[in-house]
Amino acid sequence: MSQATEAGPATTQPARLPPTLDTGAIGWMRKNLFSSVGNSITTILVVAFIVWILSWFVDWALLQATFQAESGKDCAKSHGACWALIGEKYRYIFFGSFPYEQHWRPLFAIITMIAMLLLSSDRRMWNWRLAIIWTVGSFITFVLMFGEIFIPVTLIFVLALIAGLAGYLIRRKVAESGERIAYVALAGLGIAYVLLRLIGVLPSVSIPVTPFSYVETGNWGGLAVTMIVATYGLAAAFPYGILLALGRRSKLPLIRGLCIGFIELIRGVPLISLLIMASVMLPLFLPAGMNFDKLLRAQVAVILFAGAYIAEIVRGGLQSLPKGQFEAADAMGLNYAQKTAFIVLPQALRVVIPPLINTFIGFFKDTSLLLIIGIFDFLSTANQALVDPVWTGYPGEVYLFAAAVYFCFCYSMSRYSKYLERELNKGTQR
Amino acid sequence: MAVRDLNGAPTVIDLDQVNKWFGQFHVLTDINLQVKQSEKIVICGPSGSGKSTLIRCINRLEEHQAGSIIVSVDGKRIELTNDVKNVEAIRKEVGMVFQSFNLFPHLTILDNLTLAPIWVKKMPKKEADDIAMSLLKRVRIPEQALKYPGQLSGGQQQRVAIARALCMRPQIMLFDEPTSALDPEMVKEVLDVMIELANEGMTMLVVTHEMGFARSVADRVIFMDRGEIVEQAPPKEFFANPRNERTRMFLSQILHH
Repeated sequence: MSQATEAGPATTQPARLPPTLDTGAIGWMRKNLFSSVGNSITTILVVAFIVWILSWFVDWALLQATFQAESGKDCAKSHGACWALIGEKYRYIFFGSFPYEQHWRPLFAIITMIAMLLLSSDRRMWNWRLAIIWTVGSFITFVLMFGEIFIPVTLIFVLALIAGLAGYLIRRKVAESGERIAYVALAGLGIAYVLLRLIGVLPSVSIPVTPFSYVETGNWGGLAVTMIVATYGLAAAFPYGILLALGRRSKLPLIRGLCIGFIELIRGVPLISLLIMASVMLPLFLPAGMNFDKLLRAQVAVILFAGAYIAEIVRGGLQSLPKGQFEAADAMGLNYAQKTAFIVLPQALRVVIPPLINTFIGFFKDTSLLLIIGIFDFLSTANQALVDPVWTGYPGEVYLFAAAVYFCFCYSMSRYSKYLERELNKGTQR
Repeated sequence: MAVRDLNGAPTVIDLDQVNKWFGQFHVLTDINLQVKQSEKIVICGPSGSGKSTLIRCINRLEEHQAGSIIVSVDGKRIELTNDVKNVEAIRKEVGMVFQSFNLFPHLTILDNLTLAPIWVKKMPKKEADDIAMSLLKRVRIPEQALKYPGQLSGGQQQRVAIARALCMRPQIMLFDEPTSALDPEMVKEVLDVMIELANEGMTMLVVTHEMGFARSVADRVIFMDRGEIVEQAPPKEFFANPRNERTRMFLSQILHH
């Protein structure tokens, strides 16, 4: 007994710690910054340079800066930044030529879209909730932006038809009889209305939602336009790109050929030329009197372009899956749709999160090319703000401001990518 | 193991003059094979002899180019053709276990087991969960149900793979070198599960080099070489008295090292 207790401490000796000089801030600096003479000199020079730049910047941006001024001339009295210009112009930069007294509308539209994106970023929302979030969010956004919207009654019934049909097909074998009847009723209602409408019994009716005055898309501008084009562009391009990627690996030669052709064609053309085609050439081919909104045409061009790029990224993810995963799914009797939805895509998309978000960030910034076809996105309203002769001569401040706003969005996406990778790999690693 | 009388049992797999090529390479040459219900067949042979390809043809992971493969499902004879309906009907009844487990890494063990019953057999989730848990108990790892495959050892993963295949309540099980990718100390736990399954009367086709398993479990041992069935016999006869020169060569190589 006594021997056992004596032997005890020897085996339960506390773990030995590394020498103190190797740990902590001093240890880290000694190891990484001052490990040799050359290293120490480099460190000192670089630090001195950073301090010099920073002090210059703080002096320009804060200490010598003019925060309030009547015009550009007042700013010239000091050598610092002319932030008064931003104070004067920020509403135009954010909202473009939207009617001035109505600026709260795009503001709330932007807030709605941000809320919608934040809610959708939560993994727990990735189910039927996503459809509700986007329906409600988009409805609020566009009512705010347009001011008045006319919803065709036919559209509502067609949606009911689609929902009923989809619900029935997906859940027919697993749902209770009550739920099944509900789907059939929904689809039946839709079919009945569409038929009556087609044979002309029912008139064409729209439900007007007109809480505000109408503002056409030509007057939209600034951050709201950038966000709408980027959000809906990428939201539509993502599923579209996935379909293209799956199509490109299809066993059916026709589908494969079409997908390859589309992807290669779109990728081989600059986005600018696609935008110009959408804005200038498309109307020439359309029958007279038929005219699509310019913003909508640009939106479609962005979706097509982003879709091709996303397709190639997703294809990379699909190819990274080991053959055994497909074989195991096949051997269990899963059909193509089930295999794709439950086995292939969840794994393939996980792998491509970093390049996917990279593309999203790229396209968020590429929306500034809309300027070419006369749509006033955030960067072009910033550009326009410089034209005012009263405030001429301070482009740096405006571009710095625009860059800061872009950075907030892009950096958020980058952080989200990190979070998502960690979140999705939770538990799957040993 | 007592010799079972399989003469009266119905034939559940019937391969007639099956041929397959990979490009110019003739992997399977005139394969004829009938498997009776509850029969356990061990297939062995040197690598590249076509033994894996043979069992992968039975659930159409590989397509044969000549001859016919007929699988009986609930007494109904279904021929493997390009008809997707037939392929799916057969896959529902034929479970498969792979050399490299092929579990789905993004799903928990439980979800790995219940995915196919829920979506292919349209089983209510509750029922599928119950069956899955009882199977996990049978392969002795119920406590791992909520973990992910990456958190399990190789032997545990292969036992999960067996349970996953059984969860579909198959009538036939195919094993494609189930122990070849395992560390030696884990081979036994997997073989034990397979022996239990054999004792319960499952029809099994096993590609393996575990000759001890073949001796104690198989009704018939098949030796394949260069795409042909060279020799087949009950294990006693097969090991004691191989007739073909190639079989003798192969056995001497794997038994005396």
